[in-house]
Formats: sequence, structure tokens, C-alpha cells
Amino acid sequence: MSRLLEIEDLSVTFGGLHALNNLNFHVDEGEIVSVIGPNGAGKTTFFNLISGMVNPSAGDIRFKGDSIVGFDPNQVTALGIARTFQNVRLFANMTILENVMVSQHCRTKQGLFGALFQTPGFKKEEVEIREHAEKVLGFFGSRLVGYRLEQPASVLSYANRRRLEIARAMATKPELILLDEPVAGMNPKESAELTGLIGRLRSEWGFTVVMIEHDMNVVRDVSDRVVCLDHGEPIAAGSFEEVSTNPEVVEAYLGRPIEKSRETDGAAT
Amino acid sequence: MTAATQPNEYVADEPTILPGKAPLDQDWADVAKWGAIGASTMIFVVLSGMLTGLDSRLVIERVFSLGYLAVVWVPLTLGFLVAREEVLEGMASHAKGANEVVSGGIVGALSGAGLSLLILLMDSFDLRDPLVNWSDKTLGLLQFSEDSFFGIVMWAVIGLLLGAIGAGLHLLTPDMRRLVKIMVVTVLFVSVFETFLTDLFKGFGLVFITDFLYAARGGLTIISTIVLAIVAGLVAFFGKGRVKQAQTRINAGAVEGGGRTKANIAMFVIGGLLLVILPIFTGKITNELLANVGIFLLLALGLNIVVGLAGILDLGYVAFFAAGSYTTAILTSPNSPGWSPELPWWVALIVTIGVAALAGLLIGAPVIRMRGDYLAIVTLGFGEIIRLLFLSDWLSPWFGGAQGITNIPPADFGFFEVKGTDPRSVFYLVLALSAIAIYVSWRLERSRMGRAWMAIREDESVAEAMGINTVNVKLMAFVVGAVLASFAGAVFSAKVGSVFPSSFLILVSIIILVVVIVGGMGNIPGVIVGAVVLIGVLGGPKQPGLLQEFSEYKLLIYGALLIFMMLTKPEGLVPNARRTRELHQDEFLQDAWLRKQVDEDEEASEAELGDGPTAGAPA
Ligand SMILES: Nc1ncnc2c1ncn2[C@@H]1O[C@H](COP(=O)(O)OP(=O)(O)OP(=O)(O)O)[C@@H](O)[C@H]1O
Ligand SMILES: [Mg+2]
Repeated sequence: MSRLLEIEDLSVTFGGLHALNNLNFHVDEGEIVSVIGPNGAGKTTFFNLISGMVNPSAGDIRFKGDSIVGFDPNQVTALGIARTFQNVRLFANMTILENVMVSQHCRTKQGLFGALFQTPGFKKEEVEIREHAEKVLGFFGSRLVGYRLEQPASVLSYANRRRLEIARAMATKPELILLDEPVAGMNPKESAELTGLIGRLRSEWGFTVVMIEHDMNVVRDVSDRVVCLDHGEPIAAGSFEEVSTNPEVVEAYLGRPIEKSRETDGAAT
Repeated sequence: MTAATQPNEYVADEPTILPGKAPLDQDWADVAKWGAIGASTMIFVVLSGMLTGLDSRLVIERVFSLGYLAVVWVPLTLGFLVAREEVLEGMASHAKGANEVVSGGIVGALSGAGLSLLILLMDSFDLRDPLVNWSDKTLGLLQFSEDSFFGIVMWAVIGLLLGAIGAGLHLLTPDMRRLVKIMVVTVLFVSVFETFLTDLFKGFGLVFITDFLYAARGGLTIISTIVLAIVAGLVAFFGKGRVKQAQTRINAGAVEGGGRTKANIAMFVIGGLLLVILPIFTGKITNELLANVGIFLLLALGLNIVVGLAGILDLGYVAFFAAGSYTTAILTSPNSPGWSPELPWWVALIVTIGVAALAGLLIGAPVIRMRGDYLAIVTLGFGEIIRLLFLSDWLSPWFGGAQGITNIPPADFGFFEVKGTDPRSVFYLVLALSAIAIYVSWRLERSRMGRAWMAIREDESVAEAMGINTVNVKLMAFVVGAVLASFAGAVFSAKVGSVFPSSFLILVSIIILVVVIVGGMGNIPGVIVGAVVLIGVLGGPKQPGLLQEFSEYKLLIYGALLIFMMLTKPEGLVPNARRTRELHQDEFLQDAWLRKQVDEDEEASEAELGDGPTAGAPA
């Protein structure tokens, strides 16, 4: 297995706040890694740094051996890193199909000329974009297809919005997919189902997955490795059992049993 | 689609109607508020000069002038508004009766009393210095040429009556109300558009109709008013069922899918044919109007791509219009001060397109990295800079400074010459270019680029995170918009025959933007309706519209209309039909869920409705 993502001494400060401090981290190809930690630990900030939406104060991020620090988000996505957003940021007035079609932008190339003159190349590419979009949406069963395709994303239920976020990231044809709290707001049945899908992201689609998650059942069921952040610093890493029994981790979650902590995270940022 | 999602099957319960309220059981604060609004509106209208300025324009011969119309709509409308009861679906409402009429009457009387007060003040003080319309003529009109006591009493009485009538409309059945509305609107329409209709009927050789309708000194005759109202009423009464039928048919087609698109295409084709044939019959006034509408339609379609699709608030769009006009002027006019190749118009057009695209890139590149308000301000500045460059002494060896470039020859296509003195030819040229612009907008919206624009409009950071190179894609929108504006510029030069910096004021940008917003941003039919209604009826920045009498108040009306639309219908006159329908479908699903009418077998909708209550999702 080769190193897909390497993070070296990564730090970022907002004003005086050290949101991330000297983080070292790596992901191998084909792994599913979970990042856990209490609210405000810096998990989302970590994703923002990888996806190029925030620039680090110090340190290096390497994807497949090359540094991607200073790249624009669209360049990072074009290289093969896709992400979802914790606070669900769909294109609410675009249809479900359009949401997934538009995220194939960096994998397609037809411009104004093709569209105006309806060149064969343009038509072929449109068909391919649509087919890929439907394939990705089909991954979630019948929920996002059929008559739903032409509905605006804003009519979807919360759980379906989260699914569409994942579909949109999948459609960018990434190698590494970053999921920020994919099951937040879902009921236990839906979480269990999505846990299965996350496993299939690797086995069927060949994606490497890094996931931020507060739901310890999901983390336990699907992760190869778990990293726990607190105050921007990694305090434990290893298998789920190792991390979840680590006294520092338990302490970070305010001394409560880890399973309980989820209840307080409903109002996460 | 299953039964659960068929909007047609949805039948609301009969609304509960409570007995009417006692006449004096009023919300007095509300009545006072509306009264104060009415009084100040009426005073404002009078002092802005509409009463005096529009008095010579008659609506009905000897009886009623446009000036009085500009005043008396206030108590009528406010009386109607104050008596309105907001009833949520499924909630009880009150029966309408004396209570409503009383509140409407009081509001109307208070409004009218505003003018009574004005008469008193005008009698006692002289404020002519700050207020030009504080004149004897205004006072005379307010007093109906009698003494001030008569005027003071009359306005309170007129207000009372009109307010009560406005409120009384609620007592009619909806069908009756519709009938009254159609009759009044028809009379006003035929009267206000007298010049246009005379011109139109003359073209078709139907002079006898206008001879019957209009009095010698303008305005409808009393007899024709009555006849018109009766005819309109009869047509509305007997035509009602048919319109409903047609509507249901179109809607049914739309639900089955594809029907809407076909209907749209059919409408476009029929409309297009009409537009080709109609100008042959219509007179100069109408054709001039159509040509102006066409030029602004081109501009609006271009801006619609920039603002409506890509969401870039460009307040300096006039810069590209100017660039197109000046390029064509330089390339075709023998009087071009710097360099004058005197190319034929269509060759110049091709060069103009290239220059406009380049201008789009050059102006776009530095500003496009900014977002939202910052971008709006910077483009506003750039629009002004471009105009000042054309005006400057420094560049006058090329652009002629304030003298501009004159003597631009007509656009000569060999078999067909387009010149300003023949508005019909201009209109045909504009029509052809608009067809191209509509095609471009339509194709691009449904392409990879159009989707990227929409994504950027929705959320720029997310669009970037989804792999869209936002800088390049936004720049593309800028360039396409610039090219469409240059079409308008090229036609404008050939039509007017000269270009001056003063034709490209910031006001032009604003008016094009208002056309797009009021029409319906991001929707081609909406932009067309916007251009026809605003430019055709009100007029462009310097171009007269149908309501020539109102041209002094054009900007006031533009502003008022914009505010009104923002408050009541921010999506525009013709919002995107597809999205509107989808939104209603969603409402329907929620209603169905509330009523537990959900088809249990339907897996998808059940799942959807099952977690409906938790959908307190972040926006
Ligand atoms: N753009 C920013 N500017 C200033 N402070 C920020 C910014 N982004 C994040 N922070 C701060 O950095 C800290 C880490 O935030 P982050 O969103 O990464 O936490 P998190 O681990 O994702 O928490 P949660 O579980 O609640 O999602 C917080 O204190 C937050 O307020
Ligand atoms: Mg977070």
C-alpha cells in the first residue's frame, strides 16, 4: 500500500487561536480512517486545509508525493480529493441531477463553442455526464432517482441532503473522499445503512475515505484506523479499541463514556 | 408519478366562514396607519407635479384626466387593501360586510383629507420656492376651479366614497370582482394607450374604430367608455370557461412531462411569426417603440447571463454597450476622428464582437476575483471610467470627446438597409440578433458552462470546492455578456447615426438591471416580458415609451416598481416556471403529510415524509 496523503507538522492559527498544532498524519491508499474529537477540536479545519479552502500557517500537505499547499480548492479537487460539508451546502435551487452533473466539471472539457453549435463531442459528453450522475445517484437506492432527479435539492429531507452531498463528492471522480460527519442528523437505522455504504465506497468505487464522525457506532464499524484530535493536537491514534479506551481520549470527552457524547453534539457548528 | 404527488387531486376543505364583525369593531391603529400612508402618497403625487402635468391628457372626455387618475387610485387601492383579510388555508375567515366598508371609507377619507390639508396649506403659505408645483394651477385643480372650502370638502368625500368602493369589492363574489376588474382595466388600457392604438389601427385600416373610441381632443368619449366596459364585461363573462379549460390542458400537459416544453416552443414560434408580420402593418411610432424594446432586450439578455445565471452583480454593464457602439462607429463612420476604415456594417459587427470579447476579458480579469458587494461597486466604477475615457480630451483624437462620432452610415445588407429613419428595418435587425441572443442563452444555460454558472450563483466557495475554476468560468460569463451588449451597441450606432458619451450613463446599466429583475432573473421569457413592459411602456433612459406623458416621472416609476416587486414578488413577473411548479409540489407533499393522505406503498415519498419533521435543515 502506498501513501496517498501525508501531513507534516501542519499548523494553522486564527487570530491567536491554534486551531491545528503540529499535526502529523497519513492515509494509505484504500484505507478508511476516522477523525474524532470533541467540538472545536479542529477536525473541520483539518478538512478545510486539505481541500485548499484555508491555507496553513506552517507545515506541508502532500498528495501522492507532491505538495498541494497553496493550491486553489478547484485544483485540489481536480487532483482527486473530494469533500462533503458538515453543514450541508448543496446548490439548493439546482435540481438533484444538476447538483451531481455540475460537480463533474473538472473531469469534462466542452466549452461555449460545443454548446452553441451542439457538436457531436458536446452531445456525447453531455450523455456521459448524465449517465455518470445517474450511476452515482443510484448508489443510494431509489431515493435520489426517478422523479426526484428533476426536483430542486431544497425539497429533500435532511438525510437525503446528506446523501446528495456524498453523491456530489463521488461524482468528481476522486481518489480520496473526505466526509465531514456523514450521518449527523440521521436516525439509527439510516446511520447503519450509510455505514454500509461507506464500506462500499472503498470496495466498489475504490475510494480511500477519511471521515469525521461523532457517532461511535459508525466509527467502530467501518474504520481501519482512528485519530483523535483535541485542541488542534492529535492525542491518540490506532485501532478503534485502542483509541476509545485511551484515558486521554476519555478525558477529552469530558470524562464521560464516549458513546454518550453524541447527544451533546447536536448543535455542532 | 403516484397519486400522492398529483397536485390536481388535492381538494381543500370548505373554508369556515364566521359571521361578519360589527361596523365599528375596527383595528383603529391599522386604519390610522393606512390613512396616513394614503394621505402622504396623495400629497406626494400632487407635489411631484403629476396632477398638473398630466391634466391635459384626458382619460374620458371632459370628465376625467390622467392627472386626476394619478391621484384617485390611492384611496381606492388602500380601501381595498385595508379591508383585506389574510386567511391561511384551513383557517376561518369573517364574512365581509359593513365593517369592511367602514374601514375602507375611513382610510379613503383620511387619504383624501391629506389633499384637503394641502389645499389649506397652499392657501395660507407660499412654498413655491422649494416646491415648484406649489402653484396656483395646482391649487385650482385641487379645488376643481371652485373655492377652497369646496375643494376641502370634496376631497374628503371623494376619498370616503372611493375607499368604501375599494373595500366594497370584497363583498362581491370572486367572479364578479374579476368582471369589474377586467372592465376597469380595459377602459384604462384603451384610454391610456391612445397614441399607440391609433397608430396600430391605422396600420390595419381600421380607422373607424379609433374614430369611434376617441374624442377629437383625446380621451375616450363617454359613450365609447360605456360601450367598451360592456363589451369587455361580456367577453370576460362568456370567455371565462374557455381560458380555464386551456389552462388546465396546458397544466395537464406539463405534469405529464414534455408538454410544457412543447407549449413553450410553440409559443415562441407563433410569437416570432407575429413579430415578423406585425411591423408591416404598424406605423412608425409602434415600430420605433419595438426597435427600442429590441435593443434593450439584447442588453437585458446579455446581462441576464451575467447576473441571472452566473450571479455576478455587474453594475457597469453599459461599458460593453458603449464599447460596441464606439467600435462600430469608428469602423463605419467617415467622420471618425482618428482612423476611419469605413467598413460595411456587418464586417464592423464581426470586429466589434472581437473587441467586446476582449473588453470583457480586460475589464473582467481584475474585478472577477472579488465577490458580492465589492464586485458590484468596482464594476460600477469601471462603467463610469469607460464613459469618462470616451469623453476625455486625452482620447478625443480617436473618440471625439463630447462631440462623439457622427455621420454613422446605415447598415447596408445589399437587399435591405437598416437606418434610423426606418424603424421597421431596425426592428427586423434587432429581432434577428435577439433570436441569436435567445438561442445563445438557451443553449448555454443547458450546458456544462451554464451549470457551472448556476453553481457559482448558488455558492461560490462550494462551487470551487467541487472543482470549478470559478475565475475562468465567471470570466466566460462576462465575455458572453459583453458580446451580447456589443450587438446592441452595433445596432444602436446604425440606428441613431451618432454616438456620444452621454448615451452611456450609469443609468443605462441600472435600467437594464431593473428590466432583468422585474422581468424574472435567470428566465428568458421573463427578460422578454421585462423589456416589453418597462422599455415599451415606460421607456428607456432616453427613449420614450408608450406612456410618453409619464416620461418626466419615469425614474420615479422605475424606482417604485422595483421596490414594489422586491417586496411582493422578488422572483419577477415571469419566474422560472419549472422551479415554481416544483416548489408547489413540495408544498403539496407537506400538506399531504399533514393530512395523512400519504400513499403508504410509495417507498420514496414515504421515506421522504417519514423524516420530514426533522428537516429543520440549515439553509
Ligand atoms: N475561519 C475561521 N476563523 C476563525 N476561527 C475559526 C475558523 N474556522 C474554525 N475556527 C475555530 O477553530 C476551532 C476549530 O473549529 P472546527 O470547526 O475545526 O472544529 P470541529 O472539530 O470541526 O468541531 P465540531 O465537532 O463542532 O464540528 C474552533 O474554535 C473554531 O471556532
Ligand atoms: Mg466540524
